[in-house]
Amino acid sequence: MLRLAPALIIALLVLPVGAGLMMVLLPAFGYLPTLGGHGASLAPWQMLFDQPGLGRSVMVSFASGLVSTAVALVIVVLFLAASRGTWLDRGIRRLVSPLLAIPHAAIAFGFAFLIAPSGLVARLISPSLTGWERPLDTLIINDPWGFSLMAGLVLKEVPFLLLMSLAALPQLAPERRLMLARSLGYSPTIGWLKTVCPSLYPLIRLPVYAVIAYATSVVDMALILGPNLPPTLSVSILSWFNDPDISQRFMASAAAVLQLGVTVAALLCWWLLEQLIRSLTRYWLINGSRQRGEIILRLVGRSALLFSSITALAALVGLGLFSLAGFWRFPEVLPQMLTLDHWQRSGPMLATPLINTALIGLVSTALATALVLATLENEHRQHIQPKRALWLLYLPLLVPQIAFLFGLIVAVESLGIRPQLGLVIAGHLLFVLPYVYLSLAETYRRLDPRWLKVARSLGVSRSAAFWRVRLPLLLAPLLTAFAVGLAVSIGQYLPTQLLGAGRVTTVTTEAVALASGSNRRLIGVWALVQAGLPLIGFILALGLPRLLGTHRRDLAT
Amino acid sequence: MPTRHPLRLAIVTTMLAFTVPASANPDPSDWQSVVAQAEDQTVYWNAWGGDTRTNRYIDWVAKQMQAQYDVEVEHVKLDDTGSAVARVLAEKQAGNNDDGSIDLIWINGENFAAMRESDLLFGPFAESLPHFALTNATDNPEVVTDFTLPTEGYESPWGKAQITFYYDSAQTETPPQDMQALLAWTKDNPGQFSYPRIPDFTGSTFLKQALIELTDQEKALYQPVSESDFEAVTEPLWAYLDALHPHLWRSGRAFPDSGPNLRTLMSDGEISLAFSFYPTDAAVAVMEYELPESVRSYVLEGGTLGNVHFVAIPYNSPHKAGAMVLANFLLSPEAQAQKQSLAMWGDRSVLDIEQLDAETQTLFEQGDRHPSELPADALSNTLPEPHPSWMTALQNAWLERYGVN
Repeated sequence: MLRLAPALIIALLVLPVGAGLMMVLLPAFGYLPTLGGHGASLAPWQMLFDQPGLGRSVMVSFASGLVSTAVALVIVVLFLAASRGTWLDRGIRRLVSPLLAIPHAAIAFGFAFLIAPSGLVARLISPSLTGWERPLDTLIINDPWGFSLMAGLVLKEVPFLLLMSLAALPQLAPERRLMLARSLGYSPTIGWLKTVCPSLYPLIRLPVYAVIAYATSVVDMALILGPNLPPTLSVSILSWFNDPDISQRFMASAAAVLQLGVTVAALLCWWLLEQLIRSLTRYWLINGSRQRGEIILRLVGRSALLFSSITALAALVGLGLFSLAGFWRFPEVLPQMLTLDHWQRSGPMLATPLINTALIGLVSTALATALVLATLENEHRQHIQPKRALWLLYLPLLVPQIAFLFGLIVAVESLGIRPQLGLVIAGHLLFVLPYVYLSLAETYRRLDPRWLKVARSLGVSRSAAFWRVRLPLLLAPLLTAFAVGLAVSIGQYLPTQLLGAGRVTTVTTEAVALASGSNRRLIGVWALVQAGLPLIGFILALGLPRLLGTHRRDLAT
Repeated sequence: MPTRHPLRLAIVTTMLAFTVPASANPDPSDWQSVVAQAEDQTVYWNAWGGDTRTNRYIDWVAKQMQAQYDVEVEHVKLDDTGSAVARVLAEKQAGNNDDGSIDLIWINGENFAAMRESDLLFGPFAESLPHFALTNATDNPEVVTDFTLPTEGYESPWGKAQITFYYDSAQTETPPQDMQALLAWTKDNPGQFSYPRIPDFTGSTFLKQALIELTDQEKALYQPVSESDFEAVTEPLWAYLDALHPHLWRSGRAFPDSGPNLRTLMSDGEISLAFSFYPTDAAVAVMEYELPESVRSYVLEGGTLGNVHFVAIPYNSPHKAGAMVLANFLLSPEAQAQKQSLAMWGDRSVLDIEQLDAETQTLFEQGDRHPSELPADALSNTLPEPHPSWMTALQNAWLERYGVN
């Protein structure tokens, strides 16, 4: 059984993505018999390239993927280099999981309200400091080059990359490396950057790639913060797929293929940058410079991450205020009155989506965790190196959702499978599984094998050793991975909506439907519920080990 | 069927007996059997879910349907009606011709035209619904016409909408009454007006409204675009927009992304003149703390575009009987009166209220008018929708001109 696990995982993830892509590739080249497309044709591409502003859409999608990832990565690396062991380090570590849990759309709405000319920041300083009685007529959100979109993406990517780094770091024994560097006279931040960082990067490379892929094709954040004349490529694709003029689907399919190309190009470009930076920094790593830049790097490292975390929290606070607000107009800092109306009116509608969300999240994450554990345990028992084929695990993260989900619907329908809860859970598994694997694999592999050897020498069977030694030792990382999976599941919109035909309502589908009505007070209510759910998961993840492990001290964390 | 061979007939009948029940479409003219067939069905009604009022109303309808007909109604909340069309299309593409996931769609205009063209709708059924007679279609042709296209019974009328402007009376005393006045007003009040970005439905309707008023070839708009000189007809519109855009919100470098988003901008105090497709939008927004009490509604002097919105049944719906019973209930005086009340939704009735008996008419009487609401007689001046091909052509031309800043 165990030996089948890796193959099963890969089949589970690769087949749907492949089938979905196929069903998009065919119409992109003119084959869609229902709409009278029977042959190979380049007409959809012709039509696509005639779209006004296509070049800019592609540019913004490409750039926002690279820029936001680069900024987020620099913030995380400098923070790790500059803040080890400080109070800031401990504080941020506690904050990072809940921040990861807040869904993208919720952060985007909150951030938009924060930075808009009529937003919270402007209200705080108006009219007393600025003299603005009315909001300034300046373009901040929806700026043509997507800067506000990039900033919003950074807010979400920083906690993810930080969590992935924190999970990978212990196996590098950074303290020992740093001690050695210090003894040679390197200042702490420089020493960390020169001795720990080069070994850390390869371990978080895959999560970085996943972030790039996500950022080049994100829909929900781009709808709220991104440019709209023209919008990003992914937003255009969604509106073409939903266009009343059904013949647009040929072009939409071609655009989905183009989106895949843009993502691949961004990944390639990043890989080239990696090579460039490696050769550029080779001299710096060994030039013996021990102090230069220490102060500025430390300053940036400590402030940038703090600033991005505070911004994300402030965005949530703004939404929270709105969910309680009566009439609240610029430049008032607080609403004229507070009311529970919005919560009360949403209350009765919360039950079903909440139950569905919890059910889908728990089942898909439990399945994913079991599969990942089986694969890793198999790897351990067979003494095999992590297979190269496991790269395929990341396929659903690297191929933009929008490029294959529309095709997947056709594929699933052709098999006679009708929209239902089970299908939605399977769809979530596509995205939950890779993330659970990402969070768990490194910790699993680095668990000291001597623990299990001791157990076996005491006459314990392999599976008993797994259940009674390995799992308890890994309880904390396991629960963190579970919570990450839960957060990923809760945030899914397109797979839920498309695979469930809208029949399976979750907190996220309801929130997105309401968002199309732009009532910020209700959006506030649903965004908070959305953020609160995974938060419960994380609190359990942090609290359970203490409850369960009272008689087992010194567990791995 | 010619019956030359009794055995063959027997075989054919037997085969039919097996195949028919799966795909049998209820016959709308035999209403008793439709109602009987509908019992215990679950109707998946795909309708835009961005508005609490609509959602509240559909929730009420679901309760009534359960109590009166034993039909369960599930509201599938969409963020875009187009995604329901895309769904039916995907099902057809996959060969799912009788077990689709959608039983009823809230629809009109472009989406209807597209679905009809690709044979994605079931019908004709609408004119056989018992309550359809209450609309008095002979005198009210708008309930059987959607964007100039005859509905031919493929969709059933549900409600009426009309472009309604609203402004903050604390900031503006005399709002503009026509397109030229609107241009002058935005010059005096720069940055305080905008319209949703094309291809949004509300934004596209604004283009049509402006075109009707500005062009001297109005008749051409009620024929397919291909039958007229698009450049010549629309030339005054582009000249107008070129003059208008620099004075819009964000100088026309960005546009709000939807009709409801315009309301949010008004709510934030970023703009002070806006419009909506729902005549009661401003009043309800005031009641829900979104707009200040000083907001007032009005319709342009020359009238504004209005249309009827409909419900339609996809060709592969497995619960057509339930969907028909639902469509019929939506046309009942009871349901129409509830929909029209401000406390529920505030969407106007498609019934010919004058023709109803006196007792039924009292259902439609409203209490005191909300100060932000339109006067009752203001909506008499309704301009009909142009042919749907104009919407697509205008959208493409707009994107060509203004789609990249």
